[in-house]
Amino acid sequence: MFQITENKLIKSGLVDPDAPLMGSLDAHLEWNRTHDKIFALEILFKQLNINALIFSQPAEPYRSIIDYLAETSNGTITPTDCETRTFIHDLPVAFELSPDAIVPLLKVRKCVIIPGHGIITYGMVGLEQAYVTFSSVCFACFVKFFVDFLFLTKKRQMDNKFGQVFDRVIQTLDPPVSFNGSLTKGPFKSKKHIYKAIQEAGRLVVEHRLVDSYFGNISFSDGQTLYISQTGSSLDQLKDAIDPCPLNGSSCAPITASSELPTHLKIVQHAGGKAILHGHPKFSVILSMDCDVENCRCRDKCHVKCPHERSVREIPIVSGEVGSGPFALYNTVPKAIREHQGVIVYGHGVFTAGKTDFNRPFQDLVQIENICRTEYFNRIRLYSE
Amino acid sequence: MYGWHGKIARIDLTRGSWRTEDPDIGILKKFIGGRGLAGFYIRNTITLDWNHPQMPLLLFTGPLVNTRSPTSGRMTFMSRSPLTGTVGDASVGGSFGFQLKKAGFDGIVISGKSSRLCGIEITDNDIRIVDASHLKGREIGAVNSLLKDKGATAVIGPAAENGVLFSSIIVDRHYAAGRDGIGLSFAAKNLKYITVKGTQKTSVFDPVALSSAKEDVFRLAAASPVLLGEFGISRFGTGALYDLMDARRMMPTDNFQKTRFDRALKMNAYAFKKQYAPKKTGCRGCHILCKKIAGHRTSMPEFETMSHFSALLGNADINAVVAANRVCNDMGMDTISAASTLACFSEITQRKLSPKEIVSLLTDIGKKQNRGVELGRGAVKYAISCGRSELAMAVKGLELPAYDPRGAYGMALAYAVSSRGGCHLRAYPVSHEILRKPVATDRFSFSEKARMIKIGEDLNAVADSLTACKFIFFAASLEEYARIYTAVTGIKTSAQDLFAVGERICYNERMMNAANGFTEKDDDLPSRFFTMAGDQNSGVRIGPIDRDAFLTARSNYYMARKLNKTGMPVSAVAQNLGLAPIEKISDVSNYRK
Repeated sequence: MFQITENKLIKSGLVDPDAPLMGSLDAHLEWNRTHDKIFALEILFKQLNINALIFSQPAEPYRSIIDYLAETSNGTITPTDCETRTFIHDLPVAFELSPDAIVPLLKVRKCVIIPGHGIITYGMVGLEQAYVTFSSVCFACFVKFFVDFLFLTKKRQMDNKFGQVFDRVIQTLDPPVSFNGSLTKGPFKSKKHIYKAIQEAGRLVVEHRLVDSYFGNISFSDGQTLYISQTGSSLDQLKDAIDPCPLNGSSCAPITASSELPTHLKIVQHAGGKAILHGHPKFSVILSMDCDVENCRCRDKCHVKCPHERSVREIPIVSGEVGSGPFALYNTVPKAIREHQGVIVYGHGVFTAGKTDFNRPFQDLVQIENICRTEYFNRIRLYSE
Repeated sequence: MYGWHGKIARIDLTRGSWRTEDPDIGILKKFIGGRGLAGFYIRNTITLDWNHPQMPLLLFTGPLVNTRSPTSGRMTFMSRSPLTGTVGDASVGGSFGFQLKKAGFDGIVISGKSSRLCGIEITDNDIRIVDASHLKGREIGAVNSLLKDKGATAVIGPAAENGVLFSSIIVDRHYAAGRDGIGLSFAAKNLKYITVKGTQKTSVFDPVALSSAKEDVFRLAAASPVLLGEFGISRFGTGALYDLMDARRMMPTDNFQKTRFDRALKMNAYAFKKQYAPKKTGCRGCHILCKKIAGHRTSMPEFETMSHFSALLGNADINAVVAANRVCNDMGMDTISAASTLACFSEITQRKLSPKEIVSLLTDIGKKQNRGVELGRGAVKYAISCGRSELAMAVKGLELPAYDPRGAYGMALAYAVSSRGGCHLRAYPVSHEILRKPVATDRFSFSEKARMIKIGEDLNAVADSLTACKFIFFAASLEEYARIYTAVTGIKTSAQDLFAVGERICYNERMMNAANGFTEKDDDLPSRFFTMAGDQNSGVRIGPIDRDAFLTARSNYYMARKLNKTGMPVSAVAQNLGLAPIEKISDVSNYRK
């Protein structure tokens, strides 16, 4: 389990090789390696009702970003993206790596950031849970860093330190997403081919870092069945994690389907999409949170009810929350996607859809992210002048 | 005081009197309410026989009840289980807990025995003990109709009056406090019903903080497929799990001889919905609304009931499932134990029961007539009387619910070590092994499961004490509920502080069971699960559980739970948890004879 988790952390660019220290407690406490901080961390297992823990310096650019946000915080970092808002609420900061500083914070939240040392996350049902939180912390901080930078640049309130960190961070960013290949072409002959096509597309979305951790979802509809990734599945590991969902609702077996199932169903029924991708590409999320409207009556409610028609180069940005609540994104995305190559959901991610296979939606996902990335730096340049 | 009223009523049915007491705030902090607080109040009498007049019957709400906290309308009934001899509790929804709190009480401790069949009627700080002789033998629906102006109701039926060991209490006509035979604890006190209504408010320390924390929980619930999703329990009731158990090939079939019911697709929640068009309702203070009620006040069966009255008995008649559920609700019998006892009977007698026979045998049990006399003692005692003890699918005398342990090893361990026997709700590993929340775990592995089960038990002990519905923890966590608890009570806490309370509550239950003679031998599963394979004919092959791996996991659990090597409580650990030793005040009955 240690090796699987470490590989996943490295593959996602979240940590450098040999960086993570991982502990797992069942009857006995085991560590993935020796480390001079093990003694301090063992106390966490004694004082907290947990069974797994990850402690690691994140890899660049996360390391610089997180250290900067933590050092300039008053003890709590509060990102406002969807993942944070829904699942981790806010990110506590400890200014020293000692049980006395860390334990009180971990009693309240699933993670703690210790600038200069790294991130600690834990799980109560295994290492995978600690991994998901670790990944969410990195994602949330990345988004907050770039959103804040653009905001302050526009307001002409940028300080030198933030500027210096920003300059350093952008040197270590992944290059823009590039994809010149093609995915399996539809129409698909059988259920087996559909499963393979879903797995292929899911794997590519992860490999191109258009989604983090266990977020995002993917579906294909064929006749009276929608095949969709399961909730909490990793899109690059969809073997045994796809739920066939009867469109007539005659079986509840897909109760484990993605929480975005209602949105996928509505896209199929009302927008004619058959192959649907949903990722969390970072610059799309970041740009969706850049709004120029002054004194908006819905400020702080952008994620649920933005009253304005917003877009990035004709790609609509809509509000909406995960799942099926009154402000769920199934109320906004299907309508918006009908006439566009994709839809960006405020602070959350991107939906794309195709008619026969995943070529078009995947290309659109890549393109939207690259458009947003270019547009982001254009805005920085514009407001820096 | 915020959250609690700080008032508990003690009713003595022998004397026909009552008084109130003010629990110390330290006790409330240590045990919270609901199951935890009831466990505190019963511990010093737990070695008495279940029908001893001084064995208390406890009804407890929690600090979140009657506030705007999400899913917080539940409460706990507790006594010593007439069926198993373990600590016996049942969490129940409806509006009883809400009304009890509105009437000004955090809990009620009932002792003694009335000389005649009686009822207890509670209104705003006042309690009346009234004659109920005229209700003797009456079914629950009829009694409810007579009590309709008296507020929330908790009623027993003929089954409890006739000594059925798996009798239930039915709250508000539709909500069952089903397990452990807790209904018989009413009958032991000659108590037919309790009604309660009130007008008082529960003071909340910080309503703004409560509102904010509540919003977080609502957001998580909205993101949960199992709660509010397209195929979730809000739309289909808990029966939504039926298809999933079929898909995972872990639906107990023919008394757990098989793990797949070949007619399951015709007996699912969709089929019930199509046939009965039930309406959505639910407990007070809950927005999930998983209860489904059709015309003529017909309760739709919950998942366990659906599964056991179909697959476990090989029954493919949907109307018979509804009829069986209705008989159990009217007679006041636990559907899981009732169905499991019939399945045991069916296997022992090698006779497949027709839909008609299922319903008539249930009626016989409730009325204590014909075959019902022997079946009313539950699967274990019935199987022992036939010399076939191995065919009772139960742990510690409590019949197993509708998740076959061969299809989920955490569930196997959880059943074995549960303090009330064959119960899925103590640790509820279905959450991660089947429903993938908070993340998916390998259901065919014991690896890391010991501590997961311990943590799950602690979590659910807190949920049962706050009180909150366990279903919400498919989406939210104690991280959010700690904020709610603080907002309501003003007591600063954290998720991990609440886990520590959960640990104390669970350890207390282990201590009570140990005092009544339960040992490691009782932390075990029926031998069938180690020797017989389940479904082998489809993609997923369900094999028997590896006995050695199970025993290792059980030893690991003892270590995680800080018990000794044979699963017994350790006095130093108890002391650290603030739990005094339990003194035996009477001879211990042997419930397994």
